[in-house]
Amino acid sequence: MTITLNSSKRSSWMTTLSRWIDQCLPLVGVIVLFGVWWLISVSGWVNPVLLPTPWKTLGTLFSAMLTGTMAVDFLASVFRTFAAFFAAALLGVPLGVLLGSSERLYRSVEFLIDFFRSTPASALIPMFILFFGISDVSKIIIAAFSAFLLIVFNSAYGVMNAKRSRILAAKVMGANRWQVFKDVLLMESLPQTFIGLRSGISIALVIVIVAEMFIGTQEGLGKRIIDAQQILNVQDMYASILITGLLGYGLNVLFLLIEKRFIHWSGK
Amino acid sequence: MMINPVATQNAAPPDHFVSVKGLCKSFSGSVLYDNFDLDLSRNQLVSVFGPNGCGKSTLINMISGLIPVDQGEIRIHDKPIRRARIGYVFQNYRDSMLPWLSAYDNIAYPLRVKGIPDRDCRDRVEQLIQTFNIQLDLKRYPYSFSGGQQQLISIMRALIADPEVLFLDEPFSALDFETTLFVRDKLQEIFMTTKIPMFMVVHNLEEAVFLADTILLLSKRPTHLVEMVPFDAPRPRTLDTLTSPEFIDVSRHCLEIFRQEMRK
Repeated sequence: MTITLNSSKRSSWMTTLSRWIDQCLPLVGVIVLFGVWWLISVSGWVNPVLLPTPWKTLGTLFSAMLTGTMAVDFLASVFRTFAAFFAAALLGVPLGVLLGSSERLYRSVEFLIDFFRSTPASALIPMFILFFGISDVSKIIIAAFSAFLLIVFNSAYGVMNAKRSRILAAKVMGANRWQVFKDVLLMESLPQTFIGLRSGISIALVIVIVAEMFIGTQEGLGKRIIDAQQILNVQDMYASILITGLLGYGLNVLFLLIEKRFIHWSGK
Repeated sequence: MMINPVATQNAAPPDHFVSVKGLCKSFSGSVLYDNFDLDLSRNQLVSVFGPNGCGKSTLINMISGLIPVDQGEIRIHDKPIRRARIGYVFQNYRDSMLPWLSAYDNIAYPLRVKGIPDRDCRDRVEQLIQTFNIQLDLKRYPYSFSGGQQQLISIMRALIADPEVLFLDEPFSALDFETTLFVRDKLQEIFMTTKIPMFMVVHNLEEAVFLADTILLLSKRPTHLVEMVPFDAPRPRTLDTLTSPEFIDVSRHCLEIFRQEMRK
């Protein structure tokens, strides 16, 4: 009796431990990366001026964020990314839904969308500078443009790929065209639209960082990274790259969470 | 010939809940139906059975107005389709429910599109689920229910707007055996309580016979009606019905005809 009790106690303790280990699995890669980074930087293979240790970099990251200069750059980039994203979403979602609800309309602009989607947005930066100058607005417009394309075509595809059986079901229940559109097509397109929004904010961040490097600005992570590199302030450069990566990752997670909450039926 | 459907209906209830005359339908050059006629006696539960590809689902979809006909006339209770109130239960509940709406909102949807106020919707859904003793938490989303429960919800949705005919396209084919028995019993209960005529496509002979007053046996394409087999075992039919002599006779007869058709 006692033995069974003990063993069951032990086995429950084991499952708790193994579950805990499972939860820590995503950290393994991070630890390995930092470990390799640390090994290389202390081994002397690479000039320590070019590769500080991870701890020094993280220290720089925290102190720069806390004392403020990096936080200002961080917020400037975040602001531009969101401004671009909202402009793109406000235009892109309705337009995508409109294009998607008429297959012929979409086919007639499909090539344009696919062409510009395949053109690296960074290639268009000089053109945008010509049109909009080197102001803040210019950077936002470039980023918004690339996010817009992704959002438009994802929303359009979401509407076009709506399940025919649901449209039929709504029709047979007496829904008119407008009701079919708003109750079925629009809702059906939401999971795909959210994929567009998530890719949209990612590309917006990429273009904002590139534009900050390329066009120049007072504040912004892109500018901070390129400046740090120019004056060989490598610690700050790595720290800025890290915080930019964290920002991108955070945005992705944020959008996944929103998606999970609002598109509860996705994949079910 | 112009008939005023309202006047006709007042004079005497129509003899047929579905009546099809001279129906023609081809798909990309191959003829599916050529001059097809059909009359279904009122207040019956009619099931359709036939070989694969004979256009069972196409037939139900044309009669319910989901797909257009090439030629011919279809009347429901002596009215054109668009004037009739029809309920439709789809084969695949998963693809016909609106998963962004709760089970309750799904059931109420046919009322909502007609602009019926929320309070009335609530009363009618309440009344419907009480009539059929449905004990489900309708605040949940459709996908959180089991297959049988989802199909039951979609049957409720088809019933909510008080249809004069209920169409069912292979309503059991996405369900396992146990669930099929449950949904089938519920459907019989609904038929016995509401007396709504039903037109049901099925893909297995036992199901075709079990619930039906009349079994339509269709041929291979070009499809014509081989025979209308009556089955008048008393209701409610139970698992015992499956072993009753009349059930076995009718099933055997249907199977024979089906085999003959396959050999042609």
